[in-house]
Amino acid sequence: MTTVASRAPRTDLAAKPATMAQALRRAMRDAMADDPAVHILGEDVGTLGGVFRVTDGLAAEFGEDRCTDTPLAEAGILGTAVGMAMYGLRPVVEMQFDAFAYPAFEQLASHVAKMRNRTHGALPLPITIRVPYGGGIGGVEHHSDSSEAYYMATPGLHVVTPATVEDAYGMLRAAIASDDPVVFLEPKRLYWSKARWSPEAPVVVEPIGRAVVRRTGLSATLVTYGPSLTVCLEAAEAARAEGWDLEVVDLRSLVPFDDETVVASVRRTGRAVVVHESNGFGGPGGEIAARINERCFHHLEAPVLRVAGFDIPYPPPMLEQHHLPGVDRVLDAVARLQWEADS
Amino acid sequence: MEEVHALKKSSTTVQEPPGPVVHRPTPPPAWQPRTDPAPLLPDPEPYRVLGTEAVTDADPELLRRLYAELVRGRRFNAQATALTKQGRLAVYPSSTGQEACEVAAALVLQEQDWLFPSYRDTLAVVARGLDPVQALTLLRGDWHTGYDPREHRIAPLATPLATQLPHAVGLAHAARLKGDDVVALALVGDGGTSEGDFHEALNFAAVWKAPVVFFVQNNGFAISVPLAKQTAAPSLAHKAVGYGMPGRLVDGNDAPAVHAVLTEAVRRARSGGGPTLVEAVTYRIEAHTNADDATRYRGDGEVEAWRAHDPVRLLEHELTERGMLDGDGIRKAADDADAMAARLRDRMNAEPELDPMDLFAHVYAEQTAQLREQAAQLRAELDASDEPADAGQGEAR
Repeated sequence: MTTVASRAPRTDLAAKPATMAQALRRAMRDAMADDPAVHILGEDVGTLGGVFRVTDGLAAEFGEDRCTDTPLAEAGILGTAVGMAMYGLRPVVEMQFDAFAYPAFEQLASHVAKMRNRTHGALPLPITIRVPYGGGIGGVEHHSDSSEAYYMATPGLHVVTPATVEDAYGMLRAAIASDDPVVFLEPKRLYWSKARWSPEAPVVVEPIGRAVVRRTGLSATLVTYGPSLTVCLEAAEAARAEGWDLEVVDLRSLVPFDDETVVASVRRTGRAVVVHESNGFGGPGGEIAARINERCFHHLEAPVLRVAGFDIPYPPPMLEQHHLPGVDRVLDAVARLQWEADS
Repeated sequence: MEEVHALKKSSTTVQEPPGPVVHRPTPPPAWQPRTDPAPLLPDPEPYRVLGTEAVTDADPELLRRLYAELVRGRRFNAQATALTKQGRLAVYPSSTGQEACEVAAALVLQEQDWLFPSYRDTLAVVARGLDPVQALTLLRGDWHTGYDPREHRIAPLATPLATQLPHAVGLAHAARLKGDDVVALALVGDGGTSEGDFHEALNFAAVWKAPVVFFVQNNGFAISVPLAKQTAAPSLAHKAVGYGMPGRLVDGNDAPAVHAVLTEAVRRARSGGGPTLVEAVTYRIEAHTNADDATRYRGDGEVEAWRAHDPVRLLEHELTERGMLDGDGIRKAADDADAMAARLRDRMNAEPELDPMDLFAHVYAEQTAQLREQAAQLRAELDASDEPADAGQGEAR
């Protein structure tokens, strides 16, 4: 997919640290300004500006026909977006919270993912489905699911998740520009993470489908994405004291999967831990570990380990810190990579 | 005001004897009626043209065209059913008995309008002008959709129930936003009205005043489940009222009646009046598909009663009685239909040309690395096999 420069914000974000939420809003704003076919659709996205304010100001700037408050019905939101895309628009739909997206799953699996295929290429659907996902914000149940495995298991979808402010802008622009449906997972606990996002020097982000090495190292590779990236970077810093020089790979895109970057890293380091907060059983880590095993078997010094959320329904907020993989759990896994010493 | 004053007075003037207790009712909610339901309600009896004075107002050309299309449709259903027995179609959900609905749905639309069919609506798609072989691609099994939906303005035949309805709403809404004169006509069965997507589509359409017509062909059964177990509504058309759109009830075996009601609904949508829900009362004469045994859930008597109200015979009777059709006309319609069926049979007997590499061609705009690897694997398997790789005849079954 296309490489998108993180381009100059016009006024309000200039010369200030920007949050991920602001970068996402800017991406939608610039996409709407560049292409009249781009339409925002969802519950509360208009007057309120979204419950996370990610669409703030878009209805005021572009009108309610371009940024539309819909009835509260996720299947209807995504289903009507299908029809809009069939007529040449580029809908960007918001699924307010991860677990609220489930009613739309039939539309997603039966139509969004398959329309290009069903019609022998005649009817591609350029729909971006924004899903704020993951925990760590103290939300009550149904507000913190990590549902990426469901989407990954559905051929025909792209599944991506930014972990930096630059990626939030660049990847959302690329998702909206894509002629294929993109499930755009927004790690909601990073919405308020900030970065100096220089308007004068646009940052070019890797295209969707490419992973990025966020930190180089030689002892082992942490393979991660989205909300767990900050955990892994912190763990890598902490591991230096133990003599571990960890490499951190930010996948950015779960589908398509960048085997090349992951394999190159693991072959260099010989050890790998996959880190994500969605549950481990049947989760993304199993697929990633299998791919690494198939391609790096002779390079591995230890089994590929997974650090994931427990195999439980997402816990209540007062217990979520016990469920979410934190720095200590990652470091424990890294310690277990001393395989030859133990065996 | 007086009461408030009186209370105030009694509380401040201690010397006076207390007056009578004044009851102040709690105020009603800040509520206003939103719309008058009466114009939205369907008539209690299905609208009819045949056998009524309304026939005299009908356009004779339209009546003759409807008849010719009904006869062709009936013949098409018979031929397609025969093709399933020969293994040429994987499955065929017959619309025998429902031809009036199918034909009218196609004929009320203008060229720029869109049709959103379900899996049973092959006849509507063909009556709209699509090549029958392209229309049967899904049921034959050589691909899912055999035509370019945008070229013909026909959405793919939809198998999951009612999921095509929100698509129709979104498309009609998008067209209106662009200022285009486009109406979407979405077809659904009685079973489909129980699905959540039916509800969400009607709700969105009414709120957005989208130029959509929802056309329910109530043929009595969702596979084996009769309408009485499907809904407790007075009629399916009554469901419209809850969304704030008109509901209309029509005799689904009366072709000119269906045509008239749908024409009015399409006109209303086109002129900015918003969506309409039309329920056609009809009957599925055949089983759900050739894989179904209808004798397990319904009696012969019921089927025979509906055969007496057959859409082809009803129109034929009316036209003959009024001197608009004679034996020659009937024979000509039958001959034309036979010729159509013969052409269809010949073309369906030709083996489709399949390219196995198509499996990977239309998943994404640009193949992922994973799919490129898998495509290479299949290519190698094909090259290693005895079969010529690009012919692949007969591999589908």
